[in-house]
Parts: sequence; C-alpha cells; structure tokens
Amino acid sequence: MRIAIIDESGLRATILEEGLREAGFDDIEVVPPTGAFVARLERMAPDVVLMNLGSPSRDSLEEMLAVSRVLARPIAMFVDQSDDAMIGAAIDAGVSAYVVDGLRKDRVKPILDLAIRRFHAFSRLQAELDEARTELAERKSIDRAKAILMESRGLGEPEAYALLRSTAMNQGRRIVDVTEALITAAGLLGGPK
Amino acid sequence: MTPLSIAFLPLTDSAPLVVAAELGFAEAEGLALNLIRDTSWATVRDRLVYGQVQAAHLLAPLAVAVTLGLSQTPCAIAAPFKLNDNGNALTLSAEFAAALDPRPSNRIDDPIATAHDFAAAIGLHHRKPVIGTVHRFSSHALMLRYWLAYAGVNPDRDVTLRVLPPSLMTEALRAGEIDGFIAGEPWSSVAVAEGLGEIAAVGVNIWQRGVEKVLGVRADWAAANPDTLDRLVRALDRAAAWCDDPANRAPLAEMLAQPRFVGQPAPLIAQALAGRMPLRPGEEPVEIPDFLVFHRGAANFPWRSQALWIYSQFVRWGMVEASPEAERAAAGVFASDLYRRALAGGPTPMPGASMKVEGSIGTPLAAATHQGSLTLAPDRFFDGKTFDPEAISAYLRGLGA
Repeated sequence: MRIAIIDESGLRATILEEGLREAGFDDIEVVPPTGAFVARLERMAPDVVLMNLGSPSRDSLEEMLAVSRVLARPIAMFVDQSDDAMIGAAIDAGVSAYVVDGLRKDRVKPILDLAIRRFHAFSRLQAELDEARTELAERKSIDRAKAILMESRGLGEPEAYALLRSTAMNQGRRIVDVTEALITAAGLLGGPK
Repeated sequence: MTPLSIAFLPLTDSAPLVVAAELGFAEAEGLALNLIRDTSWATVRDRLVYGQVQAAHLLAPLAVAVTLGLSQTPCAIAAPFKLNDNGNALTLSAEFAAALDPRPSNRIDDPIATAHDFAAAIGLHHRKPVIGTVHRFSSHALMLRYWLAYAGVNPDRDVTLRVLPPSLMTEALRAGEIDGFIAGEPWSSVAVAEGLGEIAAVGVNIWQRGVEKVLGVRADWAAANPDTLDRLVRALDRAAAWCDDPANRAPLAEMLAQPRFVGQPAPLIAQALAGRMPLRPGEEPVEIPDFLVFHRGAANFPWRSQALWIYSQFVRWGMVEASPEAERAAAGVFASDLYRRALAGGPTPMPGASMKVEGSIGTPLAAATHQGSLTLAPDRFFDGKTFDPEAISAYLRGLGA
C-alpha cells in the first residue's frame, strides 16, 4: 500500500512517517504542498493520501483529485461514513485522508487510527516546544531588564529582580510585561541595553 | 444563550458573521457565536458536513455542489441567507495586462472589450495563461468561465485554471507561477498595493448582482432547530444592514483587520467596502458602485433562481449531468422559505416571489413585496442575456452549450 503524506511541517510528517513505518508500512512518501506537488503526486499514484486538515492547500489537492487520475477513484476523508466517532476524532486531531475506492475498510482504519494518534502526539510536542521557547524568551527578557536596572540604578542582582517583581505585583501585570516595557523604554532613552 | 459554532474563511465578506458576533446582534437573539477561522473551503465544508460546526460561511456554488454530491460526502445543505452580492475582482500580472486597454478604468467599464482583448492576448502570451481561482465550485470561477466563454475562450482548454488558497494567490503571482487570479477581497487590493498586478475586471460589471457567499447549514439541522436558525438569520439580517451603512465602513474595516478575522491592513479592506479601489499600483482609486453589497435591495434574499443559475453553469461545464432531480435539489438549496419565516414581520422588505428572470432588471424596479417597499437593483449580465429558471435547457442552448 502506497501512502503519501502531504505536509508543510517537516516535524509532523516525520512523526507520522515513523509511526507508519513501525506499523509495517514501508511505501511512504512525504510531499510538501508547494510548487509542482500535484505533478509529483500524480507520478506516485498513492492509495492513501494523508493531509493536515489545517493546510490551506487542501482545495488544491481536491481539485487535482477531481480532474486528474491520481487516485483511480478517490473517496473523501473517511472510509466509513457511518463511523461518526472516527470522523470526529480525525477532525479533532486535524487529519484528513483521501483513500482510493475499493480499498478495504479494515486495511485503512489502522492507518487512520495511527495518523490520529501521531497528529495528537505532534500537537503535544508542538505545545511543549512553544512553551519552552516562550520560557527561554522570557528568561532572556528578565536578564536584560535586570542588567539595565543594575547598571542605571547601581543595584545588585537580587535587588534588581525584587524591584521587577514588586512592580509587576503592584501593577497586576506579568513580570515579563514589565521587563519588556523597561527594555523598550531604555532603548528609547538611549540608555544601557 | 444558545452556543453556535460557525466556520469561516478570512475574507472581507465574512463581515456579517463577524459583526453579528462582535457587536451584540447575535447576543440580542440569545446566541453565543463561536467563529472558527479556517484556511481552506474543504475544511469549512468538512466541519459543516460532519457536524463540528452548525453553520458556515460558504461559497454559494459549493453549497449547491455538496448537496448534489459533487464535492466529497454528499450532504443536503440549506442556505437561508446570502451574506453578500458581488465583491470579486480579476487581477492580472502587469505583463499579461499590457495586452488590454492601457487605461485600467476602461477595462473594468467595458468587460465585453476586455474579454475580447483577453482572448486575443492568450495566443501572444509566452505560455498558456495560468489563472488562479479559489475553488472549482466558487462564484469567482463560474463568473470567469462565463466571461471568457463570451469571447470564445474555452476555459477548460485555452487557459489553465489553477486552484490556490486565496492567501497564497499574491505569492504565486509574485513568483510568476500564475498570470492572474480571480478572488474575493481583500486579495486583489493586497496584490495591487504590493505592486504585483492590476485589476482588469470586477464581478459587479460581469453580473450586476452576482451571488457570492451564503450562510450554509445542514438541511437536517435546519429542520431540527427552526427557532435557533430563525434567530441566527435575524441576527445576520441586522448585522448585514449595519455592514452596508456607509457610516460604519471605518469601524468595520478596523474590526475585520484583526488577525483573528481577516488579518490584512484596514485601509485595504476599506477600499472594497467603499467601492473605491486603485486598479493599478500607485494610481488613484476608481469609483466602483456596488462593488460589494451586504444588504440593500434584498441582497440577502436567497432567490431560488440564483441557485438554478449556478446549477445551469455546472451543467454547462460538464460538472454535473442535467436531470430533473438535480435541478430540484439545486433550487432547494437556496431556502427562501426559511428566510421568509425568520424575517416575517420585521423591518426588512420581503420579495413576494422566490424566483425571477435573472438579468432582466435594467433600471431600479419597484417589486411586489410581502412587507415594506422594495426596489430591486439592476441585475444585468454584461452580455445582456437573461436567465429564465423555467427554461434552463433553452438558456444553455443559447449559450452554445
């Protein structure tokens, strides 16, 4: 069974591809939805196409399915229209699947199940990454603000931090909002950066 | 409060939904709207068909196509309310547009001459022209086909119609992957502002009252939730009236400019709202009356004859086999009965009929109504043809189909 993964995120595609390979599928190609991806898919002639529901290129893909013979007779999204739980789970996970007609339901379901689990795994990973990135950015901002206070007001590091913290608490703002404002103001005033 | 989820695409004509949610029109009807922004019509359609949302901002032809089973899972859709008339523009690269009248305002004022110039330019271009459209079942694509075919262009043979998401149109034009595109606003305004192309035709000058987006719901949901649907239609009626008031253009443009809605600069969005648009980079804006209509002249009324016009174009381009069943199903998508039920007794004038001969009104016409007084605006097609919904085969023969 030949599976095409159309995805603009390298990471999500990798996570999905790995999962499919572990499950014993080995005829997989990842195609980013850019440039001549339609022609590439046509050459591949996949049995199943997996795509992120949030991709703006879904309409382009469906147009191709309508006019070309990539999939002999593609059916949409889901193999079994009666399986509401599966459909809901796929949409929640952000998975869309196009499957060649005639492919047996029991052969497609495991692929869809796996795609749903892997998309969820990607979302969790993405959330963790975003969190880590934000945390890092916030720590940097606090360090810079402390340095500004230490230099301009001759404070030690603990005092500079305490001042930032108490300002944030008094104003009911997040400490990082205070440090961003301070960095902007210091920049405008031409002071230490 | 009844919660309702509605999927939409970031386009200027999502305005009635945004305004209903943001300015309290929905709340006044006891509805808590949750607007879900999507990036493809396929995903908007899937959310609606599979019940993740109760309603959607839909291309009118897509609502008909889904009902006829032409776009993935067949599902009967009801469109009880049109969100707008008009609002499309064809933007061409400067290179391709050079073959047209040198004055951009002449191009849009004379779509007959421009269609002929376009046809003549095809053979001179260095490749078969590639024109971006947002969807096979979009009003834009049907209008482009109608306009090109008038000048003898076979849109399936003489040009390449490439489906691209609206948000990627300007980039594709910049990269030279396409020679132009037809799309809803703000995308033509964005392309002109970025110096990527010139507006060569506008929807209002091809069909003066062209059907554009509708509110789409599942027909079974509409049948099971009549009261909720009525309240939604009433909220949208008030919101659309607010959108159409010239005094509200500036705040509306600001509202839509937010990243959670359209996410493009307010001044660019405002151009289409005011019907004052620069056609070529760096040039003065040109007045285009009725470029985008949200409410006036019963714009929201879903004429069954308009759904049938869409159906006639599907037949014309071989997208569906003509049959009495398909014709009936298509006509039923535009749910004028639901519009009447929801807005009976309100201030919005209500046409007495549900069908009209499209393209037959040349000057503003006082119409028979069930309530209020109503003047129907001219609804001519640029080629002067009329569409009689009772005689579709004769109409298609007249088009040479």
